[in-house]
Amino acid sequence: MNFDLTEDRQMLADSLRRYLNDKYPIEHRNKVAYEAPFHDDAKWAELTELGALYALAPEAAGGMGGAGFDIAVVFEELGRALCPEPVLGALMASRILTAAGADQEALLSGATKYAVGLGELDAPYDLSEMSTVAKGGKLSGRKSVVYGGQAADVLLIAARDGDSLSVYAVQAADASITGYGMMDGAGAAEVVLEETPGELVLANADAAIADAVNAGIVGLCSEAVGAMEVLHKMTVEYLGQRKQFGRTIGTFQALQHRAVDMLTEIVQSRSIVIKAASELGGPDAARYCSMAKNLIGRAGRLVAEEAIQMHGGIAMTWEYPGSHYAKRIIMIDAQLGDTDYHLMQVAAA
Amino acid sequence: MDLSFTPEEEAFRQEVRDFFAENLPNDIRNVVKNGGELTKDHMVRYHAILNKNGWLATTWPEEYGGPGWGPVEKHIFDEESCAAYAPRIVPFGLSMLGPVLQKFGSQEQKDYYLPRILNGDDWWCQGYSEPGAGSDLASLKTKAERDGDEWVINGQKTWTTLGQHADWIFCLVRTNPDVKQQEGISFILVDMKTPGVEVRPIKLIEGGHEVNEVFFTDVRVPLKNLVGEENKGWTIAKYLLTHERTGIAGVGFSMLELEEVKELARTVIRNGKPLLQDPLFAARVAQAEIDLEAMKLTNLRMLFTAQKQGAPGPETSILKIKGTVINQELKDLRRRALGPAAAPFPGSFKDSNLDVAPQGHANNAARYFNNRKTSIFGGSNEIQRNILTKTMLGL
Ligand SMILES: Cc1cc2nc3c(=O)[nH]c(=O)nc-3n(C[C@H](O)[C@H](O)[C@H](O)COP(=O)(O)OP(=O)(O)OC[C@H]3O[C@@H](n4cnc5c(N)ncnc54)[C@H](O)[C@@H]3O)c2cc1C
Repeated sequence: MNFDLTEDRQMLADSLRRYLNDKYPIEHRNKVAYEAPFHDDAKWAELTELGALYALAPEAAGGMGGAGFDIAVVFEELGRALCPEPVLGALMASRILTAAGADQEALLSGATKYAVGLGELDAPYDLSEMSTVAKGGKLSGRKSVVYGGQAADVLLIAARDGDSLSVYAVQAADASITGYGMMDGAGAAEVVLEETPGELVLANADAAIADAVNAGIVGLCSEAVGAMEVLHKMTVEYLGQRKQFGRTIGTFQALQHRAVDMLTEIVQSRSIVIKAASELGGPDAARYCSMAKNLIGRAGRLVAEEAIQMHGGIAMTWEYPGSHYAKRIIMIDAQLGDTDYHLMQVAAA
Repeated sequence: MDLSFTPEEEAFRQEVRDFFAENLPNDIRNVVKNGGELTKDHMVRYHAILNKNGWLATTWPEEYGGPGWGPVEKHIFDEESCAAYAPRIVPFGLSMLGPVLQKFGSQEQKDYYLPRILNGDDWWCQGYSEPGAGSDLASLKTKAERDGDEWVINGQKTWTTLGQHADWIFCLVRTNPDVKQQEGISFILVDMKTPGVEVRPIKLIEGGHEVNEVFFTDVRVPLKNLVGEENKGWTIAKYLLTHERTGIAGVGFSMLELEEVKELARTVIRNGKPLLQDPLFAARVAQAEIDLEAMKLTNLRMLFTAQKQGAPGPETSILKIKGTVINQELKDLRRRALGPAAAPFPGSFKDSNLDVAPQGHANNAARYFNNRKTSIFGGSNEIQRNILTKTMLGL
């Protein structure tokens, strides 16, 4: 056993961290994250130059990674910087294109931005309830809260196609897309399809879609770990600086122990994500991804709420970066299945 | 022991219910229902409607224009006003300064300020906290110095809720820096229009503007604006804080919120069924309901004790802690119930009909984040625990 990152992955992590620190500081992040189009084209190009997207796909598909740990490294850094760029869509689309054996150079080079439309209003998590249908190459239905959909050039849409699911590529220009910003920053879209033309990417796609979801979960959970570690560090630093009653508030044991509980949950979170990442692509991936998403959902709520509480009023402000970390950490739970949904998956398996 | 309401109390409930049905304007009701931002106009109109009926100053004795209610009437009014989607009465003049002036104010102050509070002539805000003095309020630095027949005030207050609307601010200020902190504080009233008062907005986590910084630069106010004795402001501050705490359990609001969560969970579909049929979600709701059921009684029991003793005791800290935690849990549920549909920034769909949240729930995530404040302000829940440790445990 060995828990160290390979040299290549460590280098990628380092260069992403340096880049995001320099070029995507929180002031810039907040500007991008809360103002249309909720995405920065120039930064997107630079991120892809650093290999952030190539790392998401295996060599056979034209990438330079594609394993769970590659995904984890990239998303942890995105999480540390609260980067609002639509990398999740790229990751999930890449998994599907890889399964389809389709060319994805345009995706990996960042030239074409992808979003993946799976969830619907009445079926945000459980895809077996999906009602979007494909008939003769035309799609009808509505995909709801498609992350990154506001900035995408191409949407990969999952639809019922006879007895199974298929994935179609829909050009953004052909669909009715209503983009908007999110409570926790970044953008999403409602995608309304009315006999919208799509190009079949993959038929009988259930397994490929499940794999894309699992990869997405590894990404989101890693993002959460990165964001939680930063927020925890901010909290501990603040406890060490803020003085009330003539002493730093970090000397109050009532707060010390809770800061330790946060740490414990974050350590546990990282462990379960490592496990999920190691199983990605294997037969038990779904089970471990569900474990990770459930644990991260619980840990995230504790970390975000306690961080705000232990800061006091300051963390209730827009100006304080910690508030944005707290929002992102909480809202991650609502992507690709929440705490309860994944608890039931683990219980049923 | 008897938990039933008398026929008179039931009649009173009906009266309150009818009153709100007839008198609460729809626009105000809708803002509350949708979790939007209430404007000054909304609040001023709402206060005037209550005042016309003699129901605005719910905690004031009759001699000052209060309705003279006991704990049960207060409880019923609270439940019914919440159930009608009426706003929370802005507390600064009515449940903070009012009781303070009644206990500590001069006759002249009572005669002048109390009717103006009732009539909505003055909007008050609370100038306690400072950047360096939050939980440790007694360390406040804003100072007032005598100069002839005036106080000259310099310093900064912060977190001033709705200060952007205020005509007046009541402030804790340092009038003697040379004694023990608590013994050099005074309680002074400041007209916000006085030269040298500057209000700057603070944007909150969810994007709303409800709090402010207030700066004082050589602000001159008459000596008679002192309430109570000079350097005895700390006693007043503590008196006010216990009053602040009683309403803070927000039982009525939580009861409404519980119904809202259930209704939402009947509407939202998960796994082909209403979410309320999901055993895990249903269990979360049931858990909150159990806690709230107990809190209703805890609240009533403490209201009765307060009435018997003439003032709320230290055990009201329990109301503050548990009441806020229950409400925060309900806010969590209403966000959680929506899943990703809670994520769009409030107002995202004002130009389209694609709203992802059922009516009244588009701001659920914003409400959840904004509500984190309730365990921080009014004496944080940690400070409440410190109070209980000392007063109830004797440790
Ligand atoms: C939305 C909002 C509205 C507000 N409105 C007003 C207003 O209108 N007027 C006004 O005057 N103030 C207002 N406040 C201020 C509020 O009262 C303070 O935020 C509160 O007193 C906490 O102070 P602080 O934020 O400085 O946190 P701090 O006092 O710095 O506390 C930070 C953390 O340390 C903990 N802590 C501090 N001391 C101890 C201790 N001894 N033991 C254990 N833990 C401790 C706290 O509980 C908290 O978790 C408002 C605050 C908010 C967020």
